[in-house]
Amino acid sequence: MSGVRVLVGTRKGAFILESDASRDVWTVDGPLFGGWEIYHMKGSPVDPDRIYASQSSGWFGQIIQRSNDGGKTWETMGNEFPYEGEAGTHQWYDGTPHPWEFKRVWHLEPSLSDPDTVYAGVEDAALFRTTDGGHTWHELPGLRRHGSGASWMPGAGGLGLHTIIQHPTNPKRLWIAISAAGVFRTDDGGASWEPANTGLTSKYMADPNATVGFCVHNLSLNPGNPERLYMQLHWNVMRSDNGADSWQLISGNLPSDFGFPVQVHAHDPETVYVVPIKSDSEHYPPDARLRVYRSRNAGKDWEALTKGLPQEHCYVNVLRDAMSADRLPSCGIYFGTTGGQVYMSPDSGDHWQAIARDLPAVLSVEAQTLP
Amino acid sequence: MSSVRVVLPYHLRTLAKVGDEVRVEVDGAITQRSVLTAVERAYPMLRGTMRDHVTQLRRPFLRFFACEEDLSLDSPDTELPKAVAEGKEPYLVVGAIAGG
Repeated sequence: MSGVRVLVGTRKGAFILESDASRDVWTVDGPLFGGWEIYHMKGSPVDPDRIYASQSSGWFGQIIQRSNDGGKTWETMGNEFPYEGEAGTHQWYDGTPHPWEFKRVWHLEPSLSDPDTVYAGVEDAALFRTTDGGHTWHELPGLRRHGSGASWMPGAGGLGLHTIIQHPTNPKRLWIAISAAGVFRTDDGGASWEPANTGLTSKYMADPNATVGFCVHNLSLNPGNPERLYMQLHWNVMRSDNGADSWQLISGNLPSDFGFPVQVHAHDPETVYVVPIKSDSEHYPPDARLRVYRSRNAGKDWEALTKGLPQEHCYVNVLRDAMSADRLPSCGIYFGTTGGQVYMSPDSGDHWQAIARDLPAVLSVEAQTLP
Repeated sequence: MSSVRVVLPYHLRTLAKVGDEVRVEVDGAITQRSVLTAVERAYPMLRGTMRDHVTQLRRPFLRFFACEEDLSLDSPDTELPKAVAEGKEPYLVVGAIAGG
């Protein structure tokens, strides 16, 4: 393996950080698309030089960019995301029906087998797919038309479909997560979907038997064990050992069970990372100390990782798509903050260093392991 | 066929990789609709950035001007001033709401 490329989306453009496999010295290229919000960038697992980017602006709307050369040059792709059929309504914050309106693409998930196929999670929540490299996008309407769609209510950040996970060997199985509807799973390639929220609880939900309405923040899966998924819920860190048939609480000894990203280790399905954050509206680390927490036993207990991270006066947040892992033999872990730092650990979290500072607020981080 | 001058806001210039002003060829009546359609035909990457794909309505944070007149609320099918049709004055697309 020759190195790592880290794709960083920020509030004001994109940055690409690169290093050889030593991960000692990093170059920083950018800003690309300066002034635009880059919600997410991700490369194809089949062809890492094929990168897709979600670029958006309150003024000019949604743009999709594609690079075929590892981010050196970019081409503007199709930006029309039409809901299939009658758009219908979801629930607004005050409980009234609200028309489904496309706002932006939160997450792009390239196919595991085809560089021209990409899933897009959008706000208002829906799942789209392109099979022609981003020229055209088509909704998979079975998700939005699941019987519960009219009851979905946005989280504070909007009704965003923010997480898309593909089963590593069964292309018919996908999981997605929506704030604040919860997790849904398909076993027929996206034609039909079922909620997968059994075991989740929320003290603010009146119905103890609710199957949707959960503010899931992020999911992560290691391909070595596709039955095991990890979840950062609004409060609570959760684990499933049966492909999301059910979830169990693993918050254990974390200093806060609130946070946004959850990231599993590249080689060990038992090792998982979260960044505890204070809630409700403070959204900075407990005690102003930036600590990543790692569990090596699938969430039975957690240890604080602090070496190289600021341990006083730290008031940044780490957003849901802003944590990633490379696949080098000594797995690297990466995360970006709302303060514009990108931190990297080359040894699975034992030691950290900032590989970029003073960027705009980081929205997303994706590490690509280059052949 | 008229050659119409159009001034785009900074971010659309960078997206389309053009300078301060573009010229587009417009057939028939010179209206906001026909001018914007000609801009989108010449620069397909701008589709959806000035008008909604489906409704063709102006994106809410943009305004349209010409000859020191705000045309944003006019019908898209009203003819633009003669000076725009003759290429003496540009049609301006402006990112009109201040922001950080």
